[in-house]
Amino acid sequence: MSKSGLALAIVAISAVLGLLGVSIGSTGFESVLNAASDVTALQIVRDIRLPRTLGAWLAGTLLGLGGALAQGLFRNPLADPYLLGSASGANLGVALLLVALGVSPAAGGWAARIGMTGAAFIGAVLAVLITLSLARGVQQTLRLLLAGVVVGMVLGAASALVVLWVPDIMRAMQAFMLGTTGFLGWPSVTLLAGALLLCLLPSIGFARALDALTLGEASAVSLGIALPWVRVALVAALALATGTAVAQVGLVAFVGLVAPHLVRAVVKPTHGWLVLLASLMGGALLLAADVLARWLMAPQELPVGVVTALLGGGYLLWLMHRRAL
Amino acid sequence: MSTTAALTARALKVSLGGHLIVDVPALDLPAGRWTAVVGPNGAGKTTLLKALAHLLPVHGRVQLLGRDVGDWPGKARARALAWLGQTEPGADDLLAHDVAMLGRLPHQPWLGAPSAADHAAVERAMRQTQCWEWRARPLGQLSGGERQRVLLARALAVEAQVLLMDEPLANLDAPHQADWLLSVRALVAAGRTVVSVLHELGMALQADELLVLQGGRIAHQGPSADPASHAALRAVFDQRIELHHVAGQWVVLPH
Repeated sequence: MSKSGLALAIVAISAVLGLLGVSIGSTGFESVLNAASDVTALQIVRDIRLPRTLGAWLAGTLLGLGGALAQGLFRNPLADPYLLGSASGANLGVALLLVALGVSPAAGGWAARIGMTGAAFIGAVLAVLITLSLARGVQQTLRLLLAGVVVGMVLGAASALVVLWVPDIMRAMQAFMLGTTGFLGWPSVTLLAGALLLCLLPSIGFARALDALTLGEASAVSLGIALPWVRVALVAALALATGTAVAQVGLVAFVGLVAPHLVRAVVKPTHGWLVLLASLMGGALLLAADVLARWLMAPQELPVGVVTALLGGGYLLWLMHRRAL
Repeated sequence: MSTTAALTARALKVSLGGHLIVDVPALDLPAGRWTAVVGPNGAGKTTLLKALAHLLPVHGRVQLLGRDVGDWPGKARARALAWLGQTEPGADDLLAHDVAMLGRLPHQPWLGAPSAADHAAVERAMRQTQCWEWRARPLGQLSGGERQRVLLARALAVEAQVLLMDEPLANLDAPHQADWLLSVRALVAAGRTVVSVLHELGMALQADELLVLQGGRIAHQGPSADPASHAALRAVFDQRIELHHVAGQWVVLPH
């Protein structure tokens, strides 16, 4: 299959999943069918299901993009944004903001949304920087992943302490930690779309640098790549993608890890294509997980992070078995 | 410094992890010639090559084509000096053609698509190293030798004035080593400068110049056919090699 063919296939699947996402809910298909004549049905579709579906897709694209960036930047096929501690950092940032402002995501107006995204972003950047500092750069893969795991655990423990300290935020934090698309509204969609655009620009702009980096740092530098700037831009994009996605949908597991692998299983793209295809794949995965989470036990909902963890974990185990990792 | 030197170094010191690895008071690598860098394990060959390529922080002065290597803009330096590292890792998911095309990065504008000249240079380089046929295969599916030929094509595709290669013959079988030799001679005949770290001493003795290192210092530099070069080679390997001239070529045997 060609790269453009794969892109079209993922877009087509996403469109079908999107239609399903708009159609599925506690009121079943009725709202979609009656949207033209019933104001309430129209509101359900327009103000709840549509932004939730679009938001889930956008958050998935950010996570898929983050996965492609992390694996390219750190030259490790098992790297994802969460393995570097950025999600735990984002989580801690959100927890601290919730404590400081006393807001819950459900109450989220624009200010709260932007504040949470900002806090998550700062938390993610700080976590990645701590990880990089502990790992003394990105060349020692094992040290890098170990540092990421340690930073993730420590910041995760800090988040748990904050929640214990201020139990009022426990419910909001639990929703974040399990991953949920339930709080996504139009403001979230706008923020996610903006973040996606901001992250895609450096990702595409430095895609060839990521290609060169696959040959090693020395070879990349010898090809005229300004590696320090590339790292700064891409780590910032990685942190923004993860931070924004986590701030809006919580800790959705494995999408960032598996999306690039699913792409590479079909085609062998350069990073210019990979960042686009992994983004699209991530969007389709999270959309599928969201539809499943809403549909499997309807009208009850499963946390979307639980669905992605089960599916993604299964895929990871299969990958480890196949490659004898 | 000599204007006929492609690369020069003065008072060059390179330390890694607090240890002095390379200590070279003066070095001139002649332009339009092939210099082979040889020496026992740990002599500092790779470190010296990286220092000359501006890939390591160094003390002292290194000049490329008469200009301080650090003063070159990154892309201009990359066009003037190509580098092939020792067993370059990764890139398993990239197609061989995409890997070779990376050699054209210094010639391409940011975000600009590869030009017809880029495609032509890549095809030339891949045909030269005989890997054009598997250009559509991922690097991860190639053998060690096939992979090395693609990486060599990547370095050749730069079409740089100066080419530094660290153990370029790793994993290459004998016929392809001979092909590499022909490529190097063609480059030198075209006025290019080639500097290569080699463990294959018989092949190194076919170079124009021999740079013999020991303990991070230059033990000898001179024409490879010079008996003094041979004596230096024997000395740095503790007299544990013998050089024989067989059928117009030098053969090096350990003992």
